[in-house]
Formats: sequence, structure tokens, C-alpha cells
Amino acid sequence: MSDVLFRNVRLIGGGIDQHGDLLVKDGTIADFGASLGRPDGATIVEEDGAVLCPGLVDMRAALGEPGFEYRETIASAAEAAAAGGITTLACLPDTMPAIDDPSLVHMMRTKGEATGSLTILPYGAATKGCRGEELAEFGLLLEAGAIAFTDGAQAIGSSRLMRMALSYARGFGARIVQHPEDPSLAAGGAATEGEWATRLGLPGIPAAAEAILVARDIRLAQLTGGAVHFAHISTAEALGLIAQAKDAGLHVTCDTAPPYFDLNETAIGEFRTYQKLSPPLRKDEDRRAVVAGLADGTIDAIASDHRPRDTDDTRLPYAVCPPSGVGLATLLGVTLAQVHNGALTLAQAIDLLTLRPARLLGAVGGTLAKGAPADLCLFHPDRIWRVESGKLPGKAQNTPFDGRPIEGRVLGTWKAGKRVFAA
Amino acid sequence: MFYRQKHLLAIEGLTPPEIGHLLELADSYVLLNRSGKTQRDLLRGRTLINLFFEDSTRTRTSFELAGKRLGADVINMSVSTSSVNKGETLLDTAATLNAMQCDLLVVRHDQSGAPNLLARKVDASVINAGDGTHEHPTQALLDALTIKRRKGRIEGLTVAICGDVLHSRVARSNIHLLTTLGNRVRVVGPPTLLPAGIADLGVSVFHDMKSGLEGADIVMMLRLQKERMTRGLVPSAREYFRFWGLDAAKLAYANDDALIMHPGPMNRGVEIDSAVADHPTRSLIKEQVEMGVAVRMAVLDTLSRGDGRNDV
Repeated sequence: MSDVLFRNVRLIGGGIDQHGDLLVKDGTIADFGASLGRPDGATIVEEDGAVLCPGLVDMRAALGEPGFEYRETIASAAEAAAAGGITTLACLPDTMPAIDDPSLVHMMRTKGEATGSLTILPYGAATKGCRGEELAEFGLLLEAGAIAFTDGAQAIGSSRLMRMALSYARGFGARIVQHPEDPSLAAGGAATEGEWATRLGLPGIPAAAEAILVARDIRLAQLTGGAVHFAHISTAEALGLIAQAKDAGLHVTCDTAPPYFDLNETAIGEFRTYQKLSPPLRKDEDRRAVVAGLADGTIDAIASDHRPRDTDDTRLPYAVCPPSGVGLATLLGVTLAQVHNGALTLAQAIDLLTLRPARLLGAVGGTLAKGAPADLCLFHPDRIWRVESGKLPGKAQNTPFDGRPIEGRVLGTWKAGKRVFAA
Repeated sequence: MFYRQKHLLAIEGLTPPEIGHLLELADSYVLLNRSGKTQRDLLRGRTLINLFFEDSTRTRTSFELAGKRLGADVINMSVSTSSVNKGETLLDTAATLNAMQCDLLVVRHDQSGAPNLLARKVDASVINAGDGTHEHPTQALLDALTIKRRKGRIEGLTVAICGDVLHSRVARSNIHLLTTLGNRVRVVGPPTLLPAGIADLGVSVFHDMKSGLEGADIVMMLRLQKERMTRGLVPSAREYFRFWGLDAAKLAYANDDALIMHPGPMNRGVEIDSAVADHPTRSLIKEQVEMGVAVRMAVLDTLSRGDGRNDV
């Protein structure tokens, strides 16, 4: 593998923000600084105005494999991830079969390695089959390489079961990741309850369904001393509760996903099923609160919340269409909109996509440091492109951002020093 | 031409001139129908398909009669929604109908937005004959025509829409139409049967019939389906009738000349008492049915002309 020298780029990540060069040798970051000269035999990468940051660490993505290969394979997801600058991805266990057995954890890790471009970190199922009945084998799953436990798109609804999960996981130092939505309030719902759902005649889910489960689980985290992580937080009320819990020193963290700070419920328009997400898109007050939560640090990470569907899966009447939304290729670009509008600094945005999720997952990477694996993303923050369903990298095309112009484009992605994407 | 759409999918979004045009044309069809004449040349050679994914005798018959009176070839298709995959049936059916060169497609479906989905896939003009809990535009038009003919106007009136607004597409279409034309609209019912954010549609919200009906010119009752009781939204039919069923005593809260409407089919003794439903001078329920045919003729006529169309 030849050495790579990035020349005269803006280096951002892990507390670094400087102009200069970065040298990759033998798959790791060998050196960086103001100017590294011109080492023999190194491939030179030079791009005016470009930013070099650690490869993105996506802490929440549902993959089509195993079980739904017609929607997406790991190979096609890896292609989309590389185009989005993502080099590490945590995949959800609610597949077919569910990742509730050590051999399946091992398989997902191995399949990730086989792509050559993407490290896959599997979540283990919190309950067997993600059925919400009995706890999965946390200890054995951790030994096999699971990073935390969750039932994916299903909330752990039973208070008793959630208590057991938090309590038992604590013994292993593991975290429970919750889909924070009270299942009985959410049952049958298709949109956030309120004027918009009422106009469209869609069954509603009250926004409070999120805060209700968050409040309960914070209380259970306190009771058990366990660590809970709330996925795709989307409401002001839940963020308020999480901020309080953090102040109280509880082991509570959360992430959100680009739709929740970039879109509001009006994006549903005339029953557009690509905008049917779980949790559903919210009112604009909630969207603005999510932006504020990113800026003030209440939100720990931005994840793609990628969930692929086949076209036929989404050509259904809105209420019966399953929620979904791909997000790998648009993760960085949509996040950068919050930098361009002044809500976040570039360094804040990069940390939310790299270092902070890496720390939550206990993963290597997410930082620019000598000796770290050369998982890198080179992007131009001002270059324009347009999201077009049908033309996205990878197989699944169900993007909630269809038609959206994006300012900020990934130019190249490197995995352990090897270039795996070139724009 | 005042009507600038290719389809009739919803009342929401229509302008007062568009609604006014449809009502005026419908009014002329009332006279034509009463005179026993027909206009069998207007839609000659055009194909109208009634595509019903949900049972409905009244609306289907009304569209069928309207189409035949204008000379269209009318075909009725009933598709069971109990089949495994509703969506696949919907779009496969759309492709089939497109191949048949259908001109006017009347759709009823139990899912909100299903006609919008179909409208994107077929060349025909799509008429929403009721979709889930979204809209039922021709019902609102026929209600408006009924009111206009009896009250002499369809503006500045106080209309109380009572009962299960949550599950009612009729209520939503009526709210949009009546507020667009400058009437005061109230919704009256138990909180469990009123959808969240309904006040944002420009209506006043009441939970008891006394204050809700006070000063009303029109009392519009909605059907309460039996399964609402089993889903815990209302404890029992007798409790519902006691507090929200329209009988002579509750009607007395409204204006002395207030008129009674119901989209049918009625659950007598649940949301409405027979003595009120069959009132010889104040009940408009039979007239609503007559207006239904005229309104649907006006809609078919307008959409089949297709001029002035602002099709996207």
C-alpha cells in the first residue's frame, strides 16, 4: 500500500483544527503538521478548500442483511457509506433472524471486514428475537463483539423488562439503547398528532409518547445504576428531561438523526411515504429544539438512522406503509447545513459525527491522532449537489431528502489508508 | 372555467370561485333532473369507473346514476381490501385501469391518501369518493348545495358538526368547505372523538351539545360506528345518546329554524333520534341524497371538460 500525503487541507477532529498536511503510512496516521514536505513515493492528495476529518462513525443504521437482501446488501450499504464518508457503522439487531446469538455477531463483524471499506459494529438484541419477552445473552454477545443492546426499531415497552435489561447490562458495563416511544400510545399511528395529521386524516402519535418513555427510562436508570442511550431524539420535551438527567449525573446519553433537525412534519406534503419515519417528523418547534440540543451538547451524536426499503415497500397508502428512510450518503451533507446556517461550528459538527459516537461505542477511530488507523473523510464544505432518489449510491433509494440541494460534498474516503471512495 | 384542477381529491386547497362554480353547475342539474330530462350526449363515449375498495351502496349508486344521466359508460368495480396486500392491489389495479383508457375514475378507499397515490399513476381524472379519515369532497359539496338551496346562502351561517369528528372524512371536507366560504363552524363531541389540533382548521370546539348548538343554523350529525365503543373511545351507546345524540330536547338549543343534516347511513337511537331525523320540515336528510346526484353530475361534467386545467 502506497503512502498518502494530504497537502494543504484543513484538518479537523479530536480537538484539532488547523491547516496543514497529513501523512498516511501503512494504514495509519503517521504524522500531521503545518508542512510535511514531499516524502518519496507518496500519493499526493490536494484539493483547494477541502477539509480532512476522521471517517464518520454512524452509531445507528439498520442494514438489509440478514433477511432483507432485496432491500439492501451489506455490500451495497458499504458503497453508500463510503460515498457518505462513513468508515465505521453500528448496525441494529432487528434483522431476520435477529442478532441475538454470538455467531450472528461474529458474522456481521466478518461481513464488515470483507467489504474492505467499512467496520461494522453490531448491536446485540436486548431481548431474544427482539420480541420484548426474555433478555438475550448479553455476556456471550459481548464476548463475540456486540457493542451494546437494543431491540432496534422496537421499544422495550415493559417497565419490568427494561429494568432487568439495564440492571443486568450494568454488570457487564454495557449500555441499553432505547427507541423512545411508548408502544401503546404509538400503536397504529402514522404521523405526529396535531393539526397536520388531522388535516391529512392520518392516525396520530402524540409527541409526548417520546417524553413518557424517556422519563420512565431515566427513572429506571436511576433505580438500577444502568446506562441508557436514547436513539433519534426528536422532541423538545424529551431533550429537557435528558438534560436534567445528565445534570443529575445519571448514565444517560442520546443521539438524533438528520431528518429531525432538517425537516418538520410539513415535509409529508401530500402523503409522501419517503417522509414516513419512526419516530414521525415533528412540529418545527421540536426541530428547532433538536438543533439547540446539538449546539449545547445535550445530544451526544448524530446518527444516520438509515433504514432501507425497496420501492414496492413504500408504494402504499401512507398509514400502512412501513416507516423507513435511507441516510448514509446524506449524513454529512445535511449536517453541514447547520454549520452553514451558523447553529454549529464545523468542529462541533465533525465531533458529533466522529469522536463522540466513537466514544459512546467504545470504538477506535473518530480522531486525528498519530498512530490511529487512517480512516479518513475528505470533503469540500461548499460544493453543491442535489439529493435525487434513484441516483443515490447503494441499492435502497428511499430518502426523505429527495430533491434537497446540499452544500458540502464528500470527495474521498479512506479506510485504513486505502482509498474506498472517490467523487 | 373557474375550476383549475385535473382531479377532485380534496376540498382543502380549492378556492371560493372553484367551489362556487361546482355549486352553481350542480344547481342547474337539480332543475334538469327534476324536469325528467337528461343530457346523454355530454359524456358519450367517455368511460367512468367506480373503483370501490370499501363497501358503499349510496355513494356508488349516486355516481353511477350521475354518470349514466350524462351518457357515460359506467363500470363498477368492487375490490376487497381483505386481500393480503392492499397497496399492491391498488397500484396493480391502477395499471390495469390505465390500460383500459378510463377517463374518469371514482375511488373509495379505507386508507387516507389512497386516491392521491392513484392519481399519480393513472391518466384519468380521479375523484375521491371518500378516503380513510381524510376527505369526502362530493359529500361536502352536496351538503353545501342542500344548505344553499334551503337557506338561500352559504356564507355567514353557524354550522355545528356533531359527533365522531376524529374518524370522519365528511367532517373534514365540510370544515374546509364551510370555512372557505365564510361560515362559522363548530365541532361538538366528547374529547376522545375530536382530533388533536382541530381548532387549527378554523373551528370552535365544544364538548356539550347545549353550548355547541346554541345559535346554530345547521346541525350536522355524524355517524358513530359501533367499533368505536369496543375501542374504548366511548363507554356505551346509551351514554353516547344521552349526551351527544340529537333529539328534540337538544335540538331546542339551536335556532328555531335550525335544519338537521346527516350524511347517512344513520344509526337511529345512537347519534340521532327518529323523531328528529324524520322531521317533515327541518330534516334535510332526504334532500341531501337528491343533491348528491346533481353535485356528482357537476363534478363529472367539469372534470371531463378539462379546459383551464392547471395540471402538474
